[in-house]
Amino acid sequence: MLDLVSFIPRAVVQGIPLLYGSTGETITEKSGNLNLGIAGIMYVGAICGVIGSFLYEQAVPAAEMVGVLAVGIPLLSCLAGSLLMGLLYCFLTVTLRANQNVTGLALTTFGVGFGNFFGGSLIKLSGSEVPSIALSATNGYFARKLPFASKLGWFGKIFLSYGFLAYLAVIIALVAAYVLKRTRTGLHLRAVGENPNTADAAGIDVKKYKYLATCIGSMIAGLGGLYYVMDYASGVWSNDAFGDRGWLAIALVIFTIWKPNWGVLSSFLFGGLYILYIFLPTGTDLAVKELYKMLPYVVTIIVLVITSMRNKRENQPPASLGLAYFREER
Amino acid sequence: MHKQTREPLVHIVKRDSLPWYRAWAIRAVAIVLALLLCAIVTTLCTGENPLQVYATILRGAVGTRRKVWILLQDLAILLCISLAVTPAFKMRFWNIGAEGQTLAGALASAACMLLLGDRLPNGVLLALICLAGIAAGAIWGVIPAVFKARWNTNETLFTLMMNYVAAQIVAYYVIVWESPKGSGNVGIINPTTEAGWFPQIGGNKYLLSVLVAAALTIFVYFYLNYSKHGYEIAVVGESERTARYVGIKVERVVIRTMLLSGALCGLAGVLLVAGTNHTINSTLAGGQGFTAVMVSWLAKFNPIAMIFTSLLLVFMSRGASEVSTVFGLNQSFSSILTGIIIFFIIGCEFFISYKLSFRKSGRKEGDAANA
Repeated sequence: MLDLVSFIPRAVVQGIPLLYGSTGETITEKSGNLNLGIAGIMYVGAICGVIGSFLYEQAVPAAEMVGVLAVGIPLLSCLAGSLLMGLLYCFLTVTLRANQNVTGLALTTFGVGFGNFFGGSLIKLSGSEVPSIALSATNGYFARKLPFASKLGWFGKIFLSYGFLAYLAVIIALVAAYVLKRTRTGLHLRAVGENPNTADAAGIDVKKYKYLATCIGSMIAGLGGLYYVMDYASGVWSNDAFGDRGWLAIALVIFTIWKPNWGVLSSFLFGGLYILYIFLPTGTDLAVKELYKMLPYVVTIIVLVITSMRNKRENQPPASLGLAYFREER
Repeated sequence: MHKQTREPLVHIVKRDSLPWYRAWAIRAVAIVLALLLCAIVTTLCTGENPLQVYATILRGAVGTRRKVWILLQDLAILLCISLAVTPAFKMRFWNIGAEGQTLAGALASAACMLLLGDRLPNGVLLALICLAGIAAGAIWGVIPAVFKARWNTNETLFTLMMNYVAAQIVAYYVIVWESPKGSGNVGIINPTTEAGWFPQIGGNKYLLSVLVAAALTIFVYFYLNYSKHGYEIAVVGESERTARYVGIKVERVVIRTMLLSGALCGLAGVLLVAGTNHTINSTLAGGQGFTAVMVSWLAKFNPIAMIFTSLLLVFMSRGASEVSTVFGLNQSFSSILTGIIIFFIIGCEFFISYKLSFRKSGRKEGDAANA
């Protein structure tokens, strides 16, 4: 039988990077930008955080590190890195009106390459003499848990055994859902994604909304990469370890039919599906485990097909998703 | 009350159409700028003189006879996949599932080689491998198309997800077919009998892929530009409503085109497995399905231009991997350079379609408002 007390926390930590990615991508897609570069952006966010804290750990001995800086430096460099990627995407697709799919894929190629390159060469480039990037001191700050969590038995394990970035992910998702659904800004943003012509005619600055939504979305997604490396992977960077989680985050956007608050539980479900193969009894048949790994993708396809078949208006992708907006071509 | 309005500093005007040589000149400038930036980045990372770096790139790409052939082989496969996705793109069907379709073709041909390897005469086996691979790719491609045609399911996301489903199915069979057991890979299939291996033309293992790619380029060029099917694809891509109005069955065109697109991807998979690698794993396509999207789009869906765009990307990636070997950097360096070049080419398309006109500096802002 599935051991829920050990399964749920592992599903949650798998789900948190996906939650960041999908919240970011949902905000982006609501503005009509289909940012397929999210996978690359998450890599860049992760590696920028790693570079920041690597330099800090090299400069200062572990005993003298200050908590605020140890958390703040990677956090800020991660946000800055992913913001730059978001700006690049916006500049190409919104200002230069390039094709969104191509730009996104190029961003992914670039971002994954950027992450792996600096991950693999950082030690050589900075001329330091450590065998591998293991940011254990920084990890200590990121993965710090509530002191009484371990005393609360299964409750503590399931609800309180995570670092602060995990709770931040849930908060961001809920705030994003609130802003999108209940505020005027959210209404304007959705209008831009559904029908930029109408939004423009109503006096909404389409470019501004697209830029803002995409950049904020990128920064949120970048945090997912940071969480992965600093907390989940215990501060150890290894190339390609992040894998295809970025694409899974895009799948999650569809799965939650563009609702970030649904993303909270769905991301944990996806995280669970992602590691289900470890927990299912398959005996010695290793091959079947590979088939279980495709579950999240198959589920996404089924959701995609069902939403398109039912054709309910509130469950559809933003109507102008993937299309550039030219005011002159109205 | 007179409200002051300011003329913006820059405003964008659509160009009529540039003569082809000026369009290509703009692209050339973009590539040169991209190469300059690449040189700066490389110099920053390696501390070497940029000319030295370019010499290394050149040596890495075409330094020896063997390297030229590997370049041609990579070029042929990338070109095949790019050609495969092009008909779909021209129809505005965003098939980013070439990766999965190639894997499906590869898997089917590997299955034929393994299971029927010693039971059929080699000629029959080879024909069967081709058929199975092409059919598998076509099936993988047509599934999203059917849903798109019937229920308008978003094809970008559907084809994307199909990639990972295909990758996991391949991973499953890799473990089932493992040899030796426990190694985690299939190993060379039929190493002694060479059953199901494509014959080498003139003793060269890579020539066949090159010839197939060349033939495909010509085929796709004529198919898109001079056939009724190609015309229908163009009409559906330009305007679905017009297509319906003139009596083109859009659903049928979508399904037919994706059958073709998937089939050509499957063929690329066959070439990889039966032609050169003689083995299979889940990273066989190596991201080329995604690179192909960029190749095809950069070439404006023109098969002939695709030869150059794919050559540029393959050249840079082979060269950059040499740079990383020589200077002890990580292999992913080539992805960074590829990314930079693509960003520049994507960006320069804007200057081909639009013109910036600046505010006349001599005029005062108040005049502009009153005028």
